[in-house]
Amino acid sequence: MAPRLKLFLPLILFLVLAAFLFRGLSLDPMAMPSALIDRPLPDFQLTELADDRPLTRADVIGEPALFNVWATWCISCRVEHPYLQQLADSGVPIYGINYKDEDAAARRWLRDLGDPYRANIVDREGTLGVDLGVYGAPETYLVDAEGVIRYRHVGVIDERVWRDTLEPLWREVLALEILP
Amino acid sequence: MNLLRTTALTLCMLLLALPAAAVIESYEFSERELETRYRALSQELRCPKCQNQNIADSNAPISQDLRRLLHQQLEAGDSDREILEFMVARYGEFVRYRPAFNSATAILWLAPGLLLLGGAGGLLMLLRGRKQSPAALDSDDQARLTVLLQTVEKDA
Repeated sequence: MAPRLKLFLPLILFLVLAAFLFRGLSLDPMAMPSALIDRPLPDFQLTELADDRPLTRADVIGEPALFNVWATWCISCRVEHPYLQQLADSGVPIYGINYKDEDAAARRWLRDLGDPYRANIVDREGTLGVDLGVYGAPETYLVDAEGVIRYRHVGVIDERVWRDTLEPLWREVLALEILP
Repeated sequence: MNLLRTTALTLCMLLLALPAAAVIESYEFSERELETRYRALSQELRCPKCQNQNIADSNAPISQDLRRLLHQQLEAGDSDREILEFMVARYGEFVRYRPAFNSATAILWLAPGLLLLGGAGGLLMLLRGRKQSPAALDSDDQARLTVLLQTVEKDA
């Protein structure tokens, strides 16, 4: 190796390292791709929160919808609740998955804060949660008309998340619905 | 006096307090072998919610759920492979501390070996360069050196 080039070796190493570290600054270590993207929504046999009627996968698919995992113990769920209401009011169908919660508390929550959900699947034991790969709340799944999961968002949905990430995907799913 | 005694007693009791065990619940297994496998699997499975904890050490609700599930699956007679496949199907390769070798994880598995090879190569080059550095003087230089040394000695 030319001696001149050898002199610059530390600088080159430093620059490579700096580039990696700089990239690391804008990466989210919590971001984890869902294993269920492009896979069908798992089967389940649970009940509905309001009236305890049985609810299965067949009852909730058929049109594109959002599936929102929530619970009364989840602080961030309270934060995103008004925005979910707004989305529901604008015509986006949202199903709730009441995750490891108490029914009474959940019903009270919906009565006090409003109910943006088409229906609420009661997942008291978290079994549907495990099948979905849920590891916390809130999480929101975008499911198309065939019942295939298209996207998973972990964390609060607010206007920015909807506008930048979910809405484009939502429009895509809707467009597919009309085309064929 | 009474207050003093009570305080002293309380303090002594506090000294006796044992640190709470990290993992909360304990499961009963029908066979000893299942318990060994439970231990091994709960060490290998990574808590999806946490950055770097296995489900055996983690207190997160999801880890509790996964431990319960693991217990059920072991008692139901599932093999280690079936259990790991079940978990990976839901939580992705992230959930294993020893992910399967594929195009996405190749760099994880190969990087240590490649770095070691690179380091060894660099070291080899460095050592070889060092051995060559005291270059032998050719006869002309040797003659000049002798003359110089003689001059120095004369001056001294």
